[in-house]
Amino acid sequence: MEFFEQFAVPNPTPTIYLSMVAIGLTLIAVLAGISYFKKWGYLWREWLTTVDHKRIGIMYLISALLMLFRGGVDALMMRAQTSRAGNELLSSAEYNEIFTTHGVVMIFFMAMAFITALMNFVVPLQIGARDVAYPRLNALSFWLYFMGAMLFNLSFVIGGSPSSGWTSYFPLAGNELSPHIGTNYYMIALQIAGLGTLITGINFIVTIFKMRAPGMKLMKMPLFTWTALITNLLITFAFPVLTVALAMGTMDRLFGTHFFTMDNGGMAMLWANFFWVWGHPEVYILVLPAFGIYSEVISTFSGRNLYGYTSMVVSIVVISTLAFLVWVHHFFTMGQGAFVNSIFSITTMAIAIPTGVKIFNWLFTMWRGKIRLTVPMLYSVGFIPIFTIGGVTGVMLGIASADYQYHNTMFLVAHFHLVIIPGVVFAMLAGMTYWWPKMFGFMLNEKIGKWAFWNIAIGTCLAFFPMFIAGLDGQARRMYTYSEEAGFGIWNLLSFFGGLGLAMGFILIVFNVYYSARYATRDIGDDPWDARTLEWATRTPVPEYNFAVQPVVDSREPYWDAKHEGKTLFKDKISDIHMPNNSGMPFIMCVFFFIFGFGLVFSLWSLVIVSSVGIAVCLFLRSFEQDDGRHIHAEDVQETERKMGGDDR
Amino acid sequence: MKKQWLFSGLLMSFLLFLGGCEPLAVFDPKGPQAALLKDVIMISIWTMLGVVVVVFAMLIYMLVKYRSSKTPADYKPPIIEGNKWVEGLCVGIPVLIIVFLSIVSVQSTYEAESVPEGYKDQEPMVIYASSSNWKWHFSYPEQDIETLNYLYLPKDRPIEFRLYSFDAISSFWIPQLGGQKYAMTGMLTKLNVAASEEGEIWGRNSNFSGEGFAEQTFNVNVVSQQEFDEWVTEVHNTAEPLDEETFNELLEPGHLGQKTFTGTHLSFNPAPEEHTEHQGEEHEDMNEEEMDH
Amino acid sequence: MNIDHSKPLEYSTETNDMNIVGFWVFIGAEIALFATLFGAYFILEGRTGGGPSAGHLFVISTLMIQTFVLLTSSFTIGLAVNAMRLGRKGATIGLFLITLILGLGFVGVEIYEFYEYVHEGLNLQTSAFSAALFTLLGTHGAHVSFGLFWGVAIIIQLVKRGFTPATANKTFIFSLYWHFLDVVWIFIFSFVYLKGMM
Repeated sequence: MEFFEQFAVPNPTPTIYLSMVAIGLTLIAVLAGISYFKKWGYLWREWLTTVDHKRIGIMYLISALLMLFRGGVDALMMRAQTSRAGNELLSSAEYNEIFTTHGVVMIFFMAMAFITALMNFVVPLQIGARDVAYPRLNALSFWLYFMGAMLFNLSFVIGGSPSSGWTSYFPLAGNELSPHIGTNYYMIALQIAGLGTLITGINFIVTIFKMRAPGMKLMKMPLFTWTALITNLLITFAFPVLTVALAMGTMDRLFGTHFFTMDNGGMAMLWANFFWVWGHPEVYILVLPAFGIYSEVISTFSGRNLYGYTSMVVSIVVISTLAFLVWVHHFFTMGQGAFVNSIFSITTMAIAIPTGVKIFNWLFTMWRGKIRLTVPMLYSVGFIPIFTIGGVTGVMLGIASADYQYHNTMFLVAHFHLVIIPGVVFAMLAGMTYWWPKMFGFMLNEKIGKWAFWNIAIGTCLAFFPMFIAGLDGQARRMYTYSEEAGFGIWNLLSFFGGLGLAMGFILIVFNVYYSARYATRDIGDDPWDARTLEWATRTPVPEYNFAVQPVVDSREPYWDAKHEGKTLFKDKISDIHMPNNSGMPFIMCVFFFIFGFGLVFSLWSLVIVSSVGIAVCLFLRSFEQDDGRHIHAEDVQETERKMGGDDR
Repeated sequence: MKKQWLFSGLLMSFLLFLGGCEPLAVFDPKGPQAALLKDVIMISIWTMLGVVVVVFAMLIYMLVKYRSSKTPADYKPPIIEGNKWVEGLCVGIPVLIIVFLSIVSVQSTYEAESVPEGYKDQEPMVIYASSSNWKWHFSYPEQDIETLNYLYLPKDRPIEFRLYSFDAISSFWIPQLGGQKYAMTGMLTKLNVAASEEGEIWGRNSNFSGEGFAEQTFNVNVVSQQEFDEWVTEVHNTAEPLDEETFNELLEPGHLGQKTFTGTHLSFNPAPEEHTEHQGEEHEDMNEEEMDH
Repeated sequence: MNIDHSKPLEYSTETNDMNIVGFWVFIGAEIALFATLFGAYFILEGRTGGGPSAGHLFVISTLMIQTFVLLTSSFTIGLAVNAMRLGRKGATIGLFLITLILGLGFVGVEIYEFYEYVHEGLNLQTSAFSAALFTLLGTHGAHVSFGLFWGVAIIIQLVKRGFTPATANKTFIFSLYWHFLDVVWIFIFSFVYLKGMM
């Protein structure tokens, strides 16, 4: 019995038991459903073993939406608990677990997955490539991310969740003050998922550098590809810092080392520094691809080329450089003195300059355009004002002295949500709606989409604007309760209503997917939005080889020019196409990673050893494998193209 | 367009609130440091409001003027690559704003870190504020008093809080007196404030530190120098002395309410030294603190 | 598969070319990783928490052996790639094997060194300094050890399959990896050991 006791959650309540039962039943239902419809083979052949960037992108997308749901439920519970003074819906321990998992799930497993989903699906198409540089590694990235996410979510039902905040500051997260295994989940699940992200970073850098269509010089790349390139560079140089920090945290917790402990020379501030040396670039890792999406969407739906392309590119590069020079602003209050704070205050505020350039360029892109307010465009247009407010409050927080008053308050919470929600979530929803027809061959319903947008936009404002006021009135973040006299009640109640609006928006999005899948027409052509870049030059939905013939490019908007200036994109004849083979190895290897992680969390060394051997065997087998891929014959390509398009290219 | 109205409505209500009836804690300073920070915040709000207005106006203009329903059916948007003057302006004006705010930031940060303006001629009163889950221990070495979860502060006297923690990182914050600063293990940080109005205000730990974090608050009684002296005398007459055993019991995680002792824990459980690598150059009193670095 | 015969075998296909570029990017990430570990070490170096300090521990003899062995192995893997370019399979494999044996020697000495440290009263749990030291050295050592297994796998493939674009590519990439570990060691040598012994 003792062996099993370590797997029990520390603060069980009827809600948690109910959730456990619900999760268990759902799992059984899913497995039974797959068996009943005899879909195991299909699942294995077409999805679990796929190396196709489009399918991997779609799997990322589904995972991201699932995680959005999980993180969103967490958020709603938090807002419900704080909606009135002295509420007793949740205990302190539960609340702490919930805001911790909310942050981790939203940043690592929702936002990261969402941007990776869109990068995976879109970047190869935008540069006219047939796949990413390393399709097999791409699958490995996804499955590492997926297993990391699953391991983290498992903490809810087995062993208990981490509860020291998504920043997991030591010494609070150390063994002495958090004796429970929750934080082990944090350290190890993020390590596994982070490894996947790092591999994605390398993969996409090489893809973008080496696989662009002939004629696509760097300064002819679409903006989304540019932002993807810079984001992946940031990933490559920032994630190793997190890797090291997590490894040290893991060692502190599992092996009793003294990196961040309170005794034997340990230094808790080191964790905070490492965390934010990674953490601030991470913000730009998320937001830059979003900027790329806005650039594409605003340009398409204004019917105009992007204004100030060069200054857009320059500002991305400047932002990415500054991203590494501002981390101290996350703890101006740590007592490093006025001199250090002043320097980081200036670098922080300086980021507003390139960001401002981007905002103005988007506005000038709409100037003299012909603006169609479709759902993706609505998100982009809604993004500008809300993000501006989030952004200017960021400048206000960047003033070190004033930060002494904002730090750790709801003001800060309002700021970063008003940056991340319009800056990342709106962009992802815009991008998802925009590229949806390319992914699935039908469009999402515009009317439901608009309803969803308004719910989300108004919900965001309602949920987060009151927090500015609560913060200035002295409400610290992460407080599970407050007294009646504190006077925060009304602001928190408004926030809760805003949260409900966001939830409604999410429900509408899910409903939209169902509704459109069922009723939307499949006859939408290859270019339903009248777009400008290469991904629209191929068929809808995209065949596995992407382009029957490799496009040749000589401008920034090759497809627009092909449509309107009669330029030829596809000059060659159709010939045999070389494609990579599917492989089960990434999936199997990541199952071992999952076991490995689980073993580490509970210090079950036998599991750790067995799974390590499994991983090593996979690596060896991969090294010896000879797999030169396969060819799709020209006739088959022609056949597919004829079926899909009619006209032959 | 209703969205724009919504935004401006929200913004207006926000501003009304700032000037409105019941002032928010941060905008209701009771001392020079908090007043300084309030001014800085107001400067930044007004500056940033300018930016917001410009962006909103441009956005509304573009949306009204260039909606496809407002443009002729055969209208073909032109190709415009950009204009170096316009783009130069988009860089130049933000640079000016940032330069202005940087000056404000640097000046006010130095000021916020030092003894408040107008109090520089007085020797600051030193109070050690140390946190343990989830309490604040206040040691008055001059007065030889230790309190738990409440403070008595003399009005119009500069006060230097020396902060550290026995466990999790905490943040010492009395919003109406000044900004916050972390209290950490193994490192002493300093916070300079002064109170210019008598009255009872609150302070708290604002940095999440575990289960009891929400209730880790304390009362601050700002009184006249005379009343303060009376309080000191009274404590010495009535309170129990603090010994090591009692203190170790106090350190156990939990909430204990307010307590008063004579003597301080510093005699048997001394505060950590200032951590020199992490300090800026401006600490002139470093030498006396520095021991074996 | 298009093989471009004007280039060296390891660069001769598009895949090969991409693999090498990708590996350089990976080395970029590795630099960030080791830079962080060095950063942690420098910050925690003086925080010995009552345990032994750097100056007390480091011994010149093992350090010299390690440095000599690893630098030589970097030289021999360079020779191996050179031999590969000349198409001399036997020499390539031989030099590759020597590289791995030297690498094994390095790991052996490092293990002995760690054993000595523990004997001196410095183990992983002693202090922040010891944790940072063991983590930095251990990460480098783990990279070398991983290289040993990887190298063996490549040698087997070279023996079985000879020089193909794939095996040549792997050999070349392995040499990049090995040189990189050598460079990291030079940094460890200078900024951990020499600095510590000063």
